[in-house]
Amino acid sequence: MPKWGLSMEAGKVTDWLVSVGDEIENGTELCEIDTDKIAGELESTWTGVVRALVVEVNVSVPVGGTIAVVAPADVPQDEIDAVVAEAREQLESGAIEDDSGPKVQTIEVGGHQISYAVLGEGDSEHDPVVFVHGYGGDKNSWLFVQEPISADRVTYALDLPGHGASSKGVGEGTVPSLAKVLLGFLDAVGVSRAHLVGHSMGGAVITAAAADPSGSGKVASLTLISPVGYGPDINAEYLRGFAEAESRRELKPHLLNLFADPGLVNRQLIDDLLKYKRLDGVDEALRTLVAGLVEGDKSAVDVTADAAGFGGPVVAVWGREDKIVPASNAGGLSGSATVHLVDGAGHMAHMEKPHDVIAAIREATGT
Amino acid sequence: MTQTLSSLGADAPDASVLNETQLLDVYRTMRSIRAFEDRVHDEFATGDIPGFVHLYAGEEASATGVCAHLDPDRDTIASTHRGHGHCIAKGVDIKPMMAEIFGKSTGSCRGKGGSMHIADLSKGMLGANGIVGGGPPLICGTALAAKIKGDGGVGVAFFGDGASNQGTTLEAMNLASVWNLPAIFVAENNGYAEATSSTWSVAADNIADRAAGFGMPGVIVDGFDFFAVYEAAGEAIKRARQGGGPTLLEVKFTRYYGHFEGDQQKYRGPNEVANIKESQDCLKRFRARVVETGRLTDAQLDQVDAQVATLIDEAVAEAKAAPVPSPEDLLTDVYVKY
Amino acid sequence: MAIRKLSYREAINEALAQEMERDPSVIVMGEDNAGGAGAPGEDDAWGGVLGVTKGLYDKFPGRVLDTPITESAFVGAAVGAATRGLRPVAELMFIDFAGVCLDQIMNQAAKFRYMFGGKAVTPVVIRTMYGAGLRAAAQHSQAFYPVFTHLPGLKVVLPSSPYEAKGLLIQSIRDNDPVIFCEHKAMYDVTGDVPEESYTIPFGEANVVREGDDVTIVALGRMVSFAQQAAEELESSGVSAEVIDPRTVSPLDLDTILESVQNTGRLVVVDEASPRCNLATDISAQVVSEAFGDLKAPIKMVSPPHVPVPFAEPLEDLYIPSVQDIVNAAKTVTEWSK
Repeated sequence: MPKWGLSMEAGKVTDWLVSVGDEIENGTELCEIDTDKIAGELESTWTGVVRALVVEVNVSVPVGGTIAVVAPADVPQDEIDAVVAEAREQLESGAIEDDSGPKVQTIEVGGHQISYAVLGEGDSEHDPVVFVHGYGGDKNSWLFVQEPISADRVTYALDLPGHGASSKGVGEGTVPSLAKVLLGFLDAVGVSRAHLVGHSMGGAVITAAAADPSGSGKVASLTLISPVGYGPDINAEYLRGFAEAESRRELKPHLLNLFADPGLVNRQLIDDLLKYKRLDGVDEALRTLVAGLVEGDKSAVDVTADAAGFGGPVVAVWGREDKIVPASNAGGLSGSATVHLVDGAGHMAHMEKPHDVIAAIREATGT
Repeated sequence: MTQTLSSLGADAPDASVLNETQLLDVYRTMRSIRAFEDRVHDEFATGDIPGFVHLYAGEEASATGVCAHLDPDRDTIASTHRGHGHCIAKGVDIKPMMAEIFGKSTGSCRGKGGSMHIADLSKGMLGANGIVGGGPPLICGTALAAKIKGDGGVGVAFFGDGASNQGTTLEAMNLASVWNLPAIFVAENNGYAEATSSTWSVAADNIADRAAGFGMPGVIVDGFDFFAVYEAAGEAIKRARQGGGPTLLEVKFTRYYGHFEGDQQKYRGPNEVANIKESQDCLKRFRARVVETGRLTDAQLDQVDAQVATLIDEAVAEAKAAPVPSPEDLLTDVYVKY
Repeated sequence: MAIRKLSYREAINEALAQEMERDPSVIVMGEDNAGGAGAPGEDDAWGGVLGVTKGLYDKFPGRVLDTPITESAFVGAAVGAATRGLRPVAELMFIDFAGVCLDQIMNQAAKFRYMFGGKAVTPVVIRTMYGAGLRAAAQHSQAFYPVFTHLPGLKVVLPSSPYEAKGLLIQSIRDNDPVIFCEHKAMYDVTGDVPEESYTIPFGEANVVREGDDVTIVALGRMVSFAQQAAEELESSGVSAEVIDPRTVSPLDLDTILESVQNTGRLVVVDEASPRCNLATDISAQVVSEAFGDLKAPIKMVSPPHVPVPFAEPLEDLYIPSVQDIVNAAKTVTEWSK
């Protein structure tokens, strides 16, 4: 059972997509998993044969519990049986302890307390990847993506000021000022060069960071997911509505615009966002950000000039059904950028089609 | 320890503590209260005033003598159902008061409170109170606030001989001592709690005797003598401002009217009120004192009388002409925000 | 959000500490809220009878006041202080003691704003313990909040978890109206996720704790977790229950309940308060009045019997509505047919 999100403690397999005996490879969808926060598909990162399905559907399994066994075809059955028996015993006894997830820490950056999740081991060949969420989001939104990317390098997912567990003052709250915080963060955690991955407003922030004089030489590549700042069209009503909403009734209709599949807007998601919005200082932070993001019903942010000046790889992923920052804005990307339009995804491709986002990041990082 | 301050003899309080302007001022206050109450008495008899009124006529020296020491911004008072006198003495505007009694939208409380709930928090007047003994605990609170703010403010709880027996009053006095609050408890003993004599209902000889039981000084004051009240209150208020804690003042006097308007007052002796009006009336005594000592002239005082009479006439006329609250007002101001 | 596990008690303590840190006008008072006043041992010896206010006395010198056992005086003081710019949080140790200070809450705090024509602001919070389950017997186990709900001018809050407790208490302190904050005494050790940061939860917004389509279960305070357990059990019998926690009964978010009933057509209301005139009757009557056409079955109210809370363990256990009672009620309404 994977750890999807820092607070996830358990999940349920709701549907097996493979059977015993199936051959699988990297990217094969194994099963559908539901935590109370999100539902998603678990993709294989191994090659082999499915030798056993350890758990039934709709049974709660703690994070780290074994749910299936994949092995080469020639491993003897009795070995498989022994592994399955042990796994089932562990699940029964509740003896699973899992601390494989990202480590959450806090660091001071220019007067802000920045919370971040770090995962993976570094080495000199692989520059770290740093994930930057969007307006109203947090480091948890990288739940499907951070772990696979951390297989060969250190990864950092931070909470921007005003978001998540970081301090809630946003200062000017403009894209350039947030870019400075991002660069300050890299310095603070001792990262001299990183691949930046940014979603929505985060996409504009990483672009601005690449162009900021103090970012010179620090940015190895940019992976942009539905980025703000590459075109004029934006759902200003969503941005304002998200800031102003005070109740589930007011918030839900806006959230439905985030995903291609509105079923992903479940009670827990809405609840978590309401809890976030109730924190002291958040509404003020969001309003400040909105004032910098939109002018009337158009985007007030333009990072195309910043992007033009960046010499490294740029890969963009855009859900075709994006209702917040329409995919038509992709035209603002320079000719040297690679753009992947994804079917069946809206504004949140990293949650809806993580496989495509992972692939895009690997492309940008040259893996 | 109780002391008695009498206006007779060599210990008579000194009229020279107040200057001419101040003397005219306090006279105006007392005359305003008297004229206001007499007029409400008359108007109530016509049937134009809804509900109940409880008149303070006869007791003017108490409210005036105490409130003369108080500031509008840092000092507070709580009152009783017999609150018009305290309101006027604390500086609540007379015209809105009259309008409130008539239940009009121009009233101090927009017609929503009536005679028993006239208040003006901006002047530190926490309201007349329809609950006997409702005021003293509130004053523990306002005195606490003043103490915490450190502005030297005091809270004065006016209450009657009836309320002096109420648990809330006794608890409040204890708490004021335990917390060493700048609170003054003024027991206005007018001899009657509704139709019951205070000599019967108060077990002690004097209400002020209870002060010792609550760890504070108790002082008995002739309530028909403005200067006696002024002096006793002045000492208590000064002590409170300086952090010396609470005091209990027992002001002894009488009320000229019944408990409420319409009260036949059969529990009173024959000519009881008439006799007191003749020999003890606080306005007469004040006039006698200031004129005899050459501080003010009759003419000056008469002029105040005339001005007050005009003001009361205007207040009544305007109150009668004012609109009643609109139906929408029924639902407003229950909460700041619901 | 930086989330960690806190108990209901710790969440309340943290709310008080964070608000007192942020706003110097917030003061705390109550019996033994520090504990040890005048005694030779430790100050802050208790920090409240069940330790809820521990640690505040030292952190905020002069702002945590112990009181004698004089509810009418100190609750009245809290009310009075609130009219003077302080934000007092007074503790009525057991809601069962409301009898000795009901006037200050009901006739003073609740009515100032209205009686004084919208000119009073009384931002007082009265924290109080309610509920059965600790074998504290009849005079220490009541759920008296319906009586406060009945009074216009008060707001009544029932937190059902540590997260709710912290957010709702911070909201209560910042709210400008009088609030009765009802803590269930059997929940103090219940733990849950609570953000480190300060946050508020709006009044008048119910929380849909669990979504479902077959029956709506509205539950209050401690009963919310019982209703959740019942919903789990019902799920395995194929009944999908929606559980709603109103959070505040005054103001009450009726809309969320009506929306749910529109979908399910069936309603169960779980209220630990004594059955006559409790919130179950109030909510049921309002739902019938507004959504008669949506109901497919009569409403079932799950409340204790009309008896005082007994002492003996098996009797008290019978008294308190159980998970099974809720399951049975839900099954009754879902299986009901003419």
